Amino acid sequence: MSIEVLKPGLLSTLQDGGRHGSQHLGVGCAGAMDANALRLANYLVGNQANAVALEITLQGPRLRFETPALIALTGANIEASVDQSPVPLWRPIVLRAGSELVLGGMHSGARSYLAVAGGFDVASVLGSGSADINAALGSRSLQVGTRLDCKPQHRDRYQRLWSTLDAGAEKYRAASWWIDPAPWFDADPNIVVHTLRGAHFAQLDIESQRAFFAYEFRIGSESNRVGYRLQGPNLQLAAPLELISEGLSIGTVQLPPSGNAIVLMAEHPTTGGYPRIGHVASADLAKLAQARPGQTLRFVEIDLTEAQKSYLAQQMEIERLRLAIADRLHD
Amino acid sequence: MPGSQQYTDSNAPSLEALGDSALIVRFGDRLDARINAQVHRAAALLAAANLAGVREIVPAYASLTVHYDPAFFSHDDSAQIDVSPFARIGERLLVLLHDSRDEILQTTRLIEIPVCYGAEFGPDLADVAAHAGLSEAEVVALHSTSTYRVAMLGFAPGFPYLFGLNESLHLPRRATPRTRVPAGSVAIGGQQTGIYPGELPGGWHLIGRTPLHLFDAARASPALLAPADEVRFIAIDADEFAHLQTSAT
Repeated sequence: MSIEVLKPGLLSTLQDGGRHGSQHLGVGCAGAMDANALRLANYLVGNQANAVALEITLQGPRLRFETPALIALTGANIEASVDQSPVPLWRPIVLRAGSELVLGGMHSGARSYLAVAGGFDVASVLGSGSADINAALGSRSLQVGTRLDCKPQHRDRYQRLWSTLDAGAEKYRAASWWIDPAPWFDADPNIVVHTLRGAHFAQLDIESQRAFFAYEFRIGSESNRVGYRLQGPNLQLAAPLELISEGLSIGTVQLPPSGNAIVLMAEHPTTGGYPRIGHVASADLAKLAQARPGQTLRFVEIDLTEAQKSYLAQQMEIERLRLAIADRLHD
Repeated sequence: MPGSQQYTDSNAPSLEALGDSALIVRFGDRLDARINAQVHRAAALLAAANLAGVREIVPAYASLTVHYDPAFFSHDDSAQIDVSPFARIGERLLVLLHDSRDEILQTTRLIEIPVCYGAEFGPDLADVAAHAGLSEAEVVALHSTSTYRVAMLGFAPGFPYLFGLNESLHLPRRATPRTRVPAGSVAIGGQQTGIYPGELPGGWHLIGRTPLHLFDAARASPALLAPADEVRFIAIDADEFAHLQTSAT
C-alpha cells in the first residue's frame, strides 16, 4: 500500500528509534526527536516500538491513502481531519481507501508522529530508516508527489476496528478508547527540564554557575534537529579550557566561546570539543523535543541517581501502556 | 554529587557520566599516540565483550564513550538495590578493562590513499609551504612519507582524524573556515591531518585531494578507514587522479 504526498508540510521526515551502532564511524543516530511519542504512535497501530513513522514539524502535510489504513497520531496537538471531519489524536483510527488526511498547524508543541499499521517501508541505511538531513543519509524530507510505501498490515489482528469501518458510512472510524496524552505531552509554553551538571560545569565562573540554574533561556530561531541554540545570560568559563574531541550524547549542553549554550538533539554530531556544562535528563528529552523556537526554558538540577530513576519509571509506564494497548487492539 | 560520578583506582582509566545514558572512559586528556592506542585496545575489548544494554562504543583521541540503556543495568544478582545503573555498568567496564590490560592491540590494516597534491586539488599547499619555510615539493614529501594512525572518526560520517603529522607541518587552522570543502580533500589542521569524506564546511588547510570515496553507506564497510587503521598517502598526478576517479566505486 502506498500514500501520496499532496503537500509536504514544513519539515516532515521518516524517523525510527535511530541509527545505533555506527557512531564510531562518525555516523550519528538521528531518529525521532520525541522518542516516547514515536513509540506510543507505533503501539497504537500494533507496530514494534521503533518502527518507521512520520515525524511532522510545526505544520503538517496533506496525504492521500490509496488503500484502507490503520493510523495513529501522537505528540504535539496538531489539527487533523479527513474530508473536513476532525480526527482525534492518541487513538487508533481506520481510514477508507482514497481518504485524504489533512494535517495542519499545532496548537502547541512542535512535533507530531503519524504511525501506520505495518510501518513505513523505507530502505534501511546502516540499520535504520531515519532521515539524517545533515549527513544526507536515509530518506529525504517529504516533497510534493513523494510516495510513501507501507509494509503489509495484519488486518486480521484488529478485526473489530476494521469491521466497524466496513459496516459504517463515516469517513473514518476511531477506536472508542485512547491514551491520555497528559504524561506524554505538556502544552505549557514555559518549559522546565531536569538537568545534570556536565563535566565542565565546575569550570564556569561563579556567576555563570548560578545563572545556568537560576535564569530562563530562550530557544533561538536557528534551533533544529541537530540542537537548540539558547539565548539568555551569557555563560563564561572562569579560565579558558583546551579540550580535545570526545563523545557527545543527546541532551548534552555544550558551551561554545560565544557564551550561548547549545542543547544537542537527535541529529547531533558524534564527537565534539566544546565544554559540556550540562545534560538534560533522558526523561525530559521528549518535553524538550516539543519546544518551539521563541519559547523559554529553565534548567532544574537533578542528580544522576534521580535522573536514572525517573527514566526507568518512565520506561515502565510506557511498557505498562504497551500491554494495555495490545490488549485492547486484539480484543 | 561527585561521589557517584567518579570511579578511579590507580592505574585504571577514570569514568565520568555523560548524562544518564552514556559515560566516558578516560585514559588521558591530550593528543598522544600511546594513549590513543590504549583507547582502541579498550574499545576492541569492550566490543568483543558484547555487553547487553550497551548501545555504542565510540573511541576518540584519549577516551571512549559508552552509550547504554540504564534499564539493562537497573538490577543485578547482588541484591543491592541502591546501586545506580551508572555504578553497575561502570564497575563491569572497569573489571573487563582491568582483567585484560596487558593484551596488546591487534595488528591493524595499512591503507594506502592516493592523493593529488597542490594546484586546484590543494589550494592551500603554497600557504602551508610558506608557513613551514619549505618548498611545496618538500611539504608533499613530508606529508606522504609518514605513516599515520586513525585516532578517531567523527565530525561527519567517515571523517578520519589522523595522528602522525610531521611537526614541521603543524600550523593553526584557517582564520575563516570555508563553507564548502570538496569531497576527498586532504587537509591539515593544528597537529592533525584528515580527509573530508563529503562536501562539508571546514577550517583546515587543503593540500591535496584523493579520488577515493571515504564514506558510502551502500558499501558493506561504509567507512573506508576504521579507528586504529594505519594510513599512508601516495602522491599521484592529475592524470592518475582522473583515471582513479572514473574507476573508483
